[in-house]
Amino acid sequence: MNFTLSPRLKNIGIVLLVVGIISLMYSFFMADYGHHAGHDSTHEAVHAAGHEDHSAHNRPWAALMVNTFFFLAIALGSLFFLAIQYAAQAGWSAGIKRVMESIAGFLPIPAAVMFIIVIAGVVLHKHHIWHWTAEGISDPNHPNYDAIIAGKTAYLNTPFFLIRTTVYLIGWYMFFYFLKKNSIIGESSGNWEWWKKNWRISAGFLVFFAITSSTSAWDWIMSIDTHWFSTLFGWYVFATMFVTAVTVLTLVVLYLKAENYLEWVNENHLHDLGKFMFAFSIFWTYLWFSQYMLIWYSNIPEEVTYFMPRYTIYKLPFLTMLALNFVFPILVIMSRTAKRIGGFIVIAGVSILVGHWLDVFNMIMPGTVGENYGFGIAEIGIFLGYVGAFILVVGRNLAKAPLLMKNHPMLIESKHHHI
Amino acid sequence: MSTAIQTHTKTIISAIFDDDDVMLKAVKRVRGKGFYIREAYTPFPVHGLDHAMGLKPTNIGTAAFFYGLLGLSLAIWLTYYTMIHDWPMNIGGKPSFTWGKNMPAFVPVMFELTVFFAAHLMVWTFFIINGLYPGRKPINPDPRTTDDKFMIEIEANGNENDLIELLKNEGAIEINKKEEETNGNHH
Repeated sequence: MNFTLSPRLKNIGIVLLVVGIISLMYSFFMADYGHHAGHDSTHEAVHAAGHEDHSAHNRPWAALMVNTFFFLAIALGSLFFLAIQYAAQAGWSAGIKRVMESIAGFLPIPAAVMFIIVIAGVVLHKHHIWHWTAEGISDPNHPNYDAIIAGKTAYLNTPFFLIRTTVYLIGWYMFFYFLKKNSIIGESSGNWEWWKKNWRISAGFLVFFAITSSTSAWDWIMSIDTHWFSTLFGWYVFATMFVTAVTVLTLVVLYLKAENYLEWVNENHLHDLGKFMFAFSIFWTYLWFSQYMLIWYSNIPEEVTYFMPRYTIYKLPFLTMLALNFVFPILVIMSRTAKRIGGFIVIAGVSILVGHWLDVFNMIMPGTVGENYGFGIAEIGIFLGYVGAFILVVGRNLAKAPLLMKNHPMLIESKHHHI
Repeated sequence: MSTAIQTHTKTIISAIFDDDDVMLKAVKRVRGKGFYIREAYTPFPVHGLDHAMGLKPTNIGTAAFFYGLLGLSLAIWLTYYTMIHDWPMNIGGKPSFTWGKNMPAFVPVMFELTVFFAAHLMVWTFFIINGLYPGRKPINPDPRTTDDKFMIEIEANGNENDLIELLKNEGAIEINKKEEETNGNHH
């Protein structure tokens, strides 16, 4: 049976998308975020002193970037999860692979916007999200000269940055394209060749993603705070990506169940998805804390600069995020019973999504807008626009192919999954 | 009182199977006919057998949560007593002498003791509940069930011929009968 997006949800999607586009235009062309001219010591701790403060006018771009990265994480995390299922030859998930594939199919939209943000930043200099793109920063005779950043130009330079961004975005999309293509071939195929091909493609993607998930996190996010570095930053961002994607997948599966689709999915599958949400919330906390504690303990100025603004001017979103990402999901879906009941999963899921949106916010905002942050039309409106686009695109993806991969070799195993 | 303890004999039918799927189906059918299966002996855990036998789900998960909580509390007390209260420690230039401000440094201790207490006490609880201790006499009635055979024990209440017939139809490769003496007040 094929999915059809209900007219009601479609209308909600369109309204949200329109709200998002209006918010985007408002925040870019009409909003006055104020030209911050005062001395902001925390901001200067992040940025080298002695150049113009761009923090206020970065805000619409930074808000766009937070939401773009958040939704890129959802699509990419889903693609990763799908590839894991193929590569591990997992049986339990065969009945929900089409859902993963449809969510991964959202990839082109945030990827295209991410590309625009990169071009606007490093080529057109419309914003200064990445501090190392500032003029003359590696020129010893320029007032903006920064010796530490100049030492990183072998990696952080405009051509190489553009090449890397292009390789990530096109590379991820190509892997998605072939996985999807083969699964559609599988609909009318009499053998399992398509599945074997996807198994190989997935193994290749996992190797590619193992490297690019880290390097893209360094490039797009860690290089915002250019002086600072953390060796496990890539895994920390990956953990955010994965737990967010698994949560969205679970919520979409619950929605489809509520609409009487996916009759082959039962509380056993939900239980497994709940375990992933639970386990990777702990995994995220483990990585987050490993990064935090070492920096807090050693207390070296070049390292603690990262957490200084986050623990002062960002204290509320910072601590809220920890509660929403760790304490709340742990307590709500710890027991076996809770993982098998949709209501508990939804409560924990909403907490995880809000928490990880705030997590991305905390990664990007302090280094880009400093104390000029807020939760206004730019942040919330663009988020709603992305939700609308997500509903429309993923709804269309789900409708285009049968929800059940009827020729999947592990389908029987998935239907009999019992834990 | 001079009431003598009545002794009854109870008939126990034990059936041996050589396949876990066949046994699992037989368990469902036999229970469906209203017989009480008191025990099953298998060489490995058979998925779904507990449910088919009608066993209550274990509460060991809840116990583990409280054991973990106990470990966590002990870790908080330990770090507070040794590092803050009894002999305040200034490590890494953090002489705040409060537990809260040094808390991130104590998280590994809290984590480890939570896991340690939850895991160890859960295992010991499992041993005690199941009466597993060194030197315990094995209660397994047939050593073949530790190799490749599966055995279920069913209580028959006078309708043992029906039961034996049913078990034969369900694919039991061997059926034995034994009488057990019990104190009368039980069923």
